[in-house]
Amino acid sequence: MSTEKKIKVLVCKPGLDGHDRGAKVLARALRDAGMEVIYTGIHQTPDDVVNTVIQEDPDAVMLSMLSGAHNALCPLIMEKLKEHGIDDVLVAVGGIIPDEDKVFLENHGLKGFYGPGTNLKTIVEFVKNNLKR
Amino acid sequence: MTEHDKIKKEMEEWENSILRKKERKQSFRNLSEIEINRLYTPNDIKEFNYELDLGFPGQYPFTRGAYPNMYRGQLWTMRQFAGFGNAEQTNKRYKFLIDHGNTGLSVAFSLHTIYGIEATDPRALGEIGKEGVAIDSLKDMETLFDGIDLSKISTSMTINGPASILLALYIVTAEKQGHTAEQLRGTIQNDILKEYIAQKSWIFPPEPSMRIIVDTIEYCTKHVPQWYAISISGYHIREAGSTAVQELAFTLADGFAYVEAAIERGLDIDDFAPRLSFFFNSHNNFFEEICKYRAARRIWARHMKGRYGAKQIESMRLRFHTQTAGVSLAAQEPENNIARVTIQGLASVLGGTQSLHTNSFDEALCLPTENAVKIALRTQQIIAYESGVTDTVDPLAGSYYVEWLTNKMEEEAENYFKRIEDLGGVVPAIKANFFQKEIANASYKYQREIENRERKIVAVNQFEQREPCSVPLLKIDEEVASEQIRKLNKLKEERNNDQVQEKLERLKEAARGTENLMPFIIDAVREYTSIGEIINALKEVFGTYYEDSIF
Amino acid sequence: MDYSNFISQLLKGNPRAVARLITFVENDIDAAEEIINSIYEYTGKAYILGITGAPGTGKSTFISTLTKFYVDEGKKVGIICVDPTSPLTGGALLGDRIRMKQNFSLKNVFIRSMANRGQLGGLARATEDVIKILDAYGCDIIIIETVGVGQSEVDIFKSAQTVVVLLVPGLGDDIQAIKSGIMEITDIFVVNKMDFPGADKKVAEIKQMLEFRNNYKYDSKDLSVKYAKIELWTPEITKVNSKTGENFDELLKLIKKHELFLKESGVISNYMKNRITNETLQILKHKLTQKIEELLTSNKEIGEYINQAIQKSLDPYSMANLIIKKLGLN
Repeated sequence: MSTEKKIKVLVCKPGLDGHDRGAKVLARALRDAGMEVIYTGIHQTPDDVVNTVIQEDPDAVMLSMLSGAHNALCPLIMEKLKEHGIDDVLVAVGGIIPDEDKVFLENHGLKGFYGPGTNLKTIVEFVKNNLKR
Repeated sequence: MTEHDKIKKEMEEWENSILRKKERKQSFRNLSEIEINRLYTPNDIKEFNYELDLGFPGQYPFTRGAYPNMYRGQLWTMRQFAGFGNAEQTNKRYKFLIDHGNTGLSVAFSLHTIYGIEATDPRALGEIGKEGVAIDSLKDMETLFDGIDLSKISTSMTINGPASILLALYIVTAEKQGHTAEQLRGTIQNDILKEYIAQKSWIFPPEPSMRIIVDTIEYCTKHVPQWYAISISGYHIREAGSTAVQELAFTLADGFAYVEAAIERGLDIDDFAPRLSFFFNSHNNFFEEICKYRAARRIWARHMKGRYGAKQIESMRLRFHTQTAGVSLAAQEPENNIARVTIQGLASVLGGTQSLHTNSFDEALCLPTENAVKIALRTQQIIAYESGVTDTVDPLAGSYYVEWLTNKMEEEAENYFKRIEDLGGVVPAIKANFFQKEIANASYKYQREIENRERKIVAVNQFEQREPCSVPLLKIDEEVASEQIRKLNKLKEERNNDQVQEKLERLKEAARGTENLMPFIIDAVREYTSIGEIINALKEVFGTYYEDSIF
Repeated sequence: MDYSNFISQLLKGNPRAVARLITFVENDIDAAEEIINSIYEYTGKAYILGITGAPGTGKSTFISTLTKFYVDEGKKVGIICVDPTSPLTGGALLGDRIRMKQNFSLKNVFIRSMANRGQLGGLARATEDVIKILDAYGCDIIIIETVGVGQSEVDIFKSAQTVVVLLVPGLGDDIQAIKSGIMEITDIFVVNKMDFPGADKKVAEIKQMLEFRNNYKYDSKDLSVKYAKIELWTPEITKVNSKTGENFDELLKLIKKHELFLKESGVISNYMKNRITNETLQILKHKLTQKIEELLTSNKEIGEYINQAIQKSLDPYSMANLIIKKLGLN
């Protein structure tokens, strides 16, 4: 049996926030850790994110959000993924997520919550250890 | 033996005596990767010429300061950036700040306003009022400045794509208060080039964007003479991950591009140059930042005089606002940020800033609370009134290190100017992704250095403790968004929609031609046309910009 | 694992099934075998275009615009973008999708990013399999995008019916980069960014290069793809503006012209032969290499040979011949 499985990750920026320094740095770090990374760019609507997930079939989706729109957009993304029967993808959100919003987002199936100052290695390990498939 | 030879000899002996002593690091590089020596002596500035390199403050080449007696005459403006929720809430915060000693207003806008889309647009979902005050129309603007006399205060508006519209809104709001445009003082950021490079809040492609900017410069030169039509920014470039030298070089290069565009329009440099201002970051490396500001003034003066032929002293004077580095704020042990901001604020003062915003310590987590903002303001006041650094102008001049580093940064900036010119100028360089690549590489390198502990951040990768954060945070009520949408819909029913349509048509026609758009925007705004409607009309003519992304 | 559900969904046109099947074939060659087994009869309808060019030639914008034209014609398009895997880290940044302006609805366009996973030649091992999946899904056109640099990134011609190479004015070294190798396999040269100064000059440079090459004659009875490309088909040259769509109708006509040529000249059957041979060869290489590696590391008899080689009483060539005999392949 021959397996050459690689971990495929989508790094996305949903919403209007254009601050992509962290997302780009994370994309490079994941690549350096041996993963295949697609960065979707900024200004992604929830539909954009979901359509990309449908076609690229990643193992993990990393949502970078710094503008405070996470409570509105993340659950919407999770809902749409569910509608398409996608439930085996790790969906994580990071950026600026106040502690008090974590429980709400966790209840919608999101994980991660890494913010400023997080060591990239930590996030890489998190991805490796939390894949759903 | 000359003085220099003597020093050289004695320095060698001195270095030999410390050769066996181990140092904390292999190499001491600053944030622009410039190697910093153990000691600086007169030999490091051998060709130093006081007249040519420094001169006197307020005089060419302005190295020592933009104005003659600087803070002895007038302290820098304490201008704390503020804006959140709806216009009422922000109006309250402005009044609080003014009560506590803020001497100029600075407006932060909601992300949807920044992109010129209406609160009712689906893309605005979740974003309304979170990052700044939600402004959709003249009605919001009137509420924002309710009870604040616009003829007595200067206002800086951090807005780029729709800057011309916000300026129009400000003018009409002031008009309703009974003031003329000539009385108004303030700035619009209006720097689209750095949006393509760093902040990414563009709307139209580069060419029509430049046209609108020159329109605003031209309009202000004629009708709003005390207004700064543009705040050429390095802050965001630095926040995106550039080094200090890159911040310096890319910002000034953008400045030159705007100057060239205005000259091409036929404007006289001595007419518009005095209306240009700058906006820099103040980051962690204390001396690097001070030297950056000094180098900036000197470079600008030299180019404006030597290259663009400016004749008036006003045209060569670089004035700037500073904000302490948002990106340096740590979420771990946030109170430490107060110390960071103090150092950064002090650097900008020693560098001669005209106005300053100091970040609040909780901003790595959320928009600042009232208490945090007060501390940030007090920090400036303590520097101003208690530290004594304002008693003399440019106190660090003559330091061997400072003069050496100022020279070095100027040299490296000039290298960048050459590279940009080789690419054909700033706009072609943007299209070739030159700046974006430099920034992406610098930010990745910096992150690696932090993870390797080559660069230490206290409580983040040095002296770390795992304590939960217990700082109270500012929460934006979700009601704000729904209310804003309701208000906008109501406004659209109440206003004269025929007039709105007519003004939009006239605006589109002017956009297709070459007329200055400001009067048409002002007309539209008076009828309570929304920012989103104006931007949509302009998009029909100018198109939308799509980034050719690299990472 | 049972793939039949995915396959029936694929044939019904479910994009999620497409994506999952692609993931399976990419990651597991045994899964690939099963899946291709089941869908092979449903393939053969799609027309395959290979698009390549040096970095900076505007491939993504070009493909975006080309796709829009096809979608407007009512066609279903599949796009496979292949990017290199880092030899140091084994990871990859798949940066083509982000550059597609997507001025079309994803209902009729399926875009998939792949890393080449160390395979030389410009494509990934699984690219052929992915093409088949998209074919069975119902794509009328399948576009494969790779970066074409140097002489080794030419595998695209083994999988594509028409190979298009993109050049741009002002990028001095792109003709240098395509001097040999890619030059020989190109069916249509497209000068992108035709609004830039130097576009006509670039067209002239290409013409000159082709004339120079045509001075070498080959045996014209040889209808193999490689020679057919040199002898029977004169590569077309055109220019386009991918931002405005200018001249794309001309380009589409040329692609159609090539498609017809392949059929009418009979070269198409040799192309098919070539393609199937190559595909099978790749699979054989993969399987046999595995088997041989296993032998070399675990078989006792071969372990003996290796010891003899160390003692210098058996050289590697002789050892190889012994192994071939052992496998019954001589």
